[in-house]
Amino acid sequence: MTGFSTLLYKEVLRFWKVGFQTVAAPVITALLYLLIFSHVLEAHVKVYEDVTYTAFLVPGLTMMSVLQNAFANSSSSLIQSKVTGSVIFVLLPPISYQAFYLAYVLAAVLRGLSVGIGVLLATLWFAPLDCREPLWIITFAVLGGGILGSLGMIAGIWADKFDQLAAFQNFIIMPLTFLSGVFYSIHSLPPFWQRLSHWNPIFYMIDGFRYGFFGISDVSPWLSLSIVMLCFAILSALTLSMLKHGYKLRA
Amino acid sequence: MSPAIRVRQVTKRFGSVQALAGVDLDVEQGEFFGLLGPNGAGKTTLISAAAGLVRLDSGQIAIVGHDVVKDYRQARRQLGVVPQELVFDPFFTVRETLNFQCGYFGIGKSRARDAWIDEILENLDLTSKANANMRSLSGGMKRRVLVGQALAHRPPVIVLDEPTAGVDVELRQTLWQFIRRLNRDGHTIVLTTHYLEEAESLCSRIAMLKAGRIVALDSTASLLQRFSARTLRLRLAPGATLPPTLAQRAEIRDSIYSIAFDHFTEIEPMLADLRNGGCGLEELEIGQPDLEDVFVRVMHERGATQ
Repeated sequence: MTGFSTLLYKEVLRFWKVGFQTVAAPVITALLYLLIFSHVLEAHVKVYEDVTYTAFLVPGLTMMSVLQNAFANSSSSLIQSKVTGSVIFVLLPPISYQAFYLAYVLAAVLRGLSVGIGVLLATLWFAPLDCREPLWIITFAVLGGGILGSLGMIAGIWADKFDQLAAFQNFIIMPLTFLSGVFYSIHSLPPFWQRLSHWNPIFYMIDGFRYGFFGISDVSPWLSLSIVMLCFAILSALTLSMLKHGYKLRA
Repeated sequence: MSPAIRVRQVTKRFGSVQALAGVDLDVEQGEFFGLLGPNGAGKTTLISAAAGLVRLDSGQIAIVGHDVVKDYRQARRQLGVVPQELVFDPFFTVRETLNFQCGYFGIGKSRARDAWIDEILENLDLTSKANANMRSLSGGMKRRVLVGQALAHRPPVIVLDEPTAGVDVELRQTLWQFIRRLNRDGHTIVLTTHYLEEAESLCSRIAMLKAGRIVALDSTASLLQRFSARTLRLRLAPGATLPPTLAQRAEIRDSIYSIAFDHFTEIEPMLADLRNGGCGLEELEIGQPDLEDVFVRVMHERGATQ
């Protein structure tokens, strides 16, 4: 237990020490998106009745920040320690692979939640916060952070250099998060893109998370929850298997 | 009593390279053991396998009786490793680094832990740097922190993989004093080094590795005796020639003649031959056996497991 809690504490301290870069900067980025998009589209777009476009944007931007930062945390921690060689300090001790997994993913979730809370607090100035179903909000935030935290571990373990990780982030994670209905309802898309969006797991994370705020969503929150839990189970199993077999960590 | 490290029929291949080709080795508890060999001989692979960083193709390694795969938790608790590379986590201070290392091994926060870390810091002359970020330390200091990290969980067996590479003379002496003390206190020390004089003065037993095999394994004294002899070294005066009786036994390098002998009683007859042959000398000295000779000879002569 001490090994796990130490590793978790180390991982949290790692991002907290550079909080400007890891928490404050993503909050500012999300805020800029909100200012620009709401300025341009507030008068033209209405997704749900009784919900302004700015208010509609807030949950999507929050969840996008949670997901991107959860991914960034576990992936950057692992690749940095692999490239510098300091990963041996966490490989030499008698920490089980399950504890190893849990510590990295939990730290990723905590970073995601820190940024997410930051975004929500910062956007309070621009749109009223409506929290109809807080339990759904928390569930989707934690599961989404967990999924992207796991994916970050997979990418961080798989990548041998920063370039490969950047490719993973820019060619997979970024398009999936941007094209998941953060800025629009998928009902506004042409049928082909609507169908395609249903294959994007991040769409369900955003949609379910948004349901928690407005009580309205593009698909049933239970469907979203099922898909998100399935994704979490699959990615956790994959990450645990990589750790168990020492893939790219133990030669 | 289980050996500190028991290695049995260990093999490991990386692609086309056979890094370990059937190594058997016992390091007894309390020993100061040297692991020597040229680059690529398999030293680091062997150490990494003992530490669980490398998975073996076949064979077993046990640390104080605990198999490094089946009983990895206990095995890792028994072992402290000082890695060859100067690695550090740039986010943290020296004290944080050592605290984490204790925690990873299950030693929770307590006064006893703080006191132990203070002791490590003091012994490694790092007290004044306890709250400095790892990035701000010199190479020598980072090396000392690595030693501290290996000691954090008080392991009975400590493996040092070329710990003095690139370290200045003064620090090397301090480091060895400290490691010697650990050995006197009962810790088993396994050392790999390129500085053969270090191995000679520190290690009671030595294994030499070549291409993944052990080519020599004996006490340092026996190795020196078996593979290296004392030599009479002569530089002749201009125009002088060595008498035929000595010329047969002599090896010449850089115009210095070396004649090997076992006992000092052999010196007088050799000097008599020189006098009778009218051979003038410019320089004369007696060379002591050293590990470098042993190393060079073993590496050149031995290809197979002893």
